[in-house]
Amino acid sequence: MSRPDVVVTGLGATTPLGGDVASTWDAMLAGRSGVSALTQEWAEQLPVRIAAQLAVEPSEVLDRVRLRRLDRSEAIALIAAQQAWADAGLTDSGIDSERLAVSVGSGIGGATTLLAQDDILEASGPRRVSPHTIPMLMPNGPAAWVGLELGAKAGVHTVASACATGAEAIALGLDIIRAGRADVVVAGGTEAVIHPLPIAGFSSMRAMSTRNDEPERASRPWDTGRDGFVLGEGAGVVVLERADHAAARGARVYARLAGAGITSDAYDIVQPHAEGEGAIRAIAKAIADADVAKRDIVHVNAHATSTPVGDMLEIGALHKALGDHPVLAATKSMTGHLLGAAGALESIATILAIRDGVVPPTINLDDPEPGLTLEVAAHKARHMEIPAALNNAFGFGGHNVALVFTRP
Amino acid sequence: MTRDEITSGLAEILEEVAGVNPDDVAEGKSFTDDLDVDSLSMVEVVVAAEEKFGVKIPDNEVQNLKTVGDAVSYIEAQS
Repeated sequence: MSRPDVVVTGLGATTPLGGDVASTWDAMLAGRSGVSALTQEWAEQLPVRIAAQLAVEPSEVLDRVRLRRLDRSEAIALIAAQQAWADAGLTDSGIDSERLAVSVGSGIGGATTLLAQDDILEASGPRRVSPHTIPMLMPNGPAAWVGLELGAKAGVHTVASACATGAEAIALGLDIIRAGRADVVVAGGTEAVIHPLPIAGFSSMRAMSTRNDEPERASRPWDTGRDGFVLGEGAGVVVLERADHAAARGARVYARLAGAGITSDAYDIVQPHAEGEGAIRAIAKAIADADVAKRDIVHVNAHATSTPVGDMLEIGALHKALGDHPVLAATKSMTGHLLGAAGALESIATILAIRDGVVPPTINLDDPEPGLTLEVAAHKARHMEIPAALNNAFGFGGHNVALVFTRP
Repeated sequence: MTRDEITSGLAEILEEVAGVNPDDVAEGKSFTDDLDVDSLSMVEVVVAAEEKFGVKIPDNEVQNLKTVGDAVSYIEAQS
């Protein structure tokens, strides 16, 4: 049996740049930063007082009673999934629920629920702890809520691979359709942990930018002045569909998800492999899996988080595995780092780059690293034909995921 | 506190916790069948009612509180 083609028929997102895909993409192409100062009282004592917060609060979309039982990461996954579902034309489409699966993950999960309920436990005792605590903090919560909302009965899956989660969830969706276990998979990532504890934890690792006085200039991948990532929150969800299933219902197709490559470093719990060995293999596997000529992959939405080490290792990996011809984008320069949602949001940006023939800008690249041998659309978007493009996502734990998208 | 006052107090809690329209809350209404209050929300209703009315509602009593009227009677007897 030949392997089925998998296409993307729907997109949904809520991000620091906008409450949906269209507004997020417009802001990206305009080179706008979603990073701002944290003005909350709790931020005053933190070494990091900037973040990329949601442009549209979930309370503007979901009703109050519903939000009472949703962790913020669940609420925004649900919002993004609803958008993607409608965008794919699947609302009231009557597709077979037993052939519909969900693959949605989070890097950290319901941490803010856990912390808030612990505060209640300490202050008021166990009886005051919300009965919704467990379904709000469980890592599979976002996927489960999406599955419940859409009536998915072919399996609801949760990938957790830190900052590679969103991309790996999409890769799992590809596998599920190829294996014949579903016709449609709603796949993506979600993250909402802008809270003093995660910030303090990442800060203690010296992983975050402390450019507190210039929030919009803090996320600067490949720039010599970069000093760490900026924490962002948001969710991105795509609808993956077997190509013939999409064709049979006359669905609009954004792009083809041609291939995926997943590797693990087996090197260090947080440091990427010193030569980027795992990243190189992931990219090479994705290209081989996609069966696409390297020369056609002319754009890469890089993982590029604005950390001193990781950014340049990825350049080396791309140079080795793909070549020097692609034009890169680091959209985290605008969105901040959405952790478990990053790979999903950046897949969406990659798909739209192909559709619109435009590489989004990388802002704040004022003084590029001398080792930046690949081209970047610095400051301004670049219009060009993009037959195929790559999205990279890497995560603490040594996870490497590369996805190849092509024109339909 | 009159039965009507307890009922309206419960209606406030039900609206806050489960989004139940206060106009739908009456003594004859079943929490689960008529007002769509699921088991987790019922736990929240009980804890909020204990606080509001200054009573204790042990877990083994909750299963006997099928209707708003059952709850009103229990709270009335306790307070």
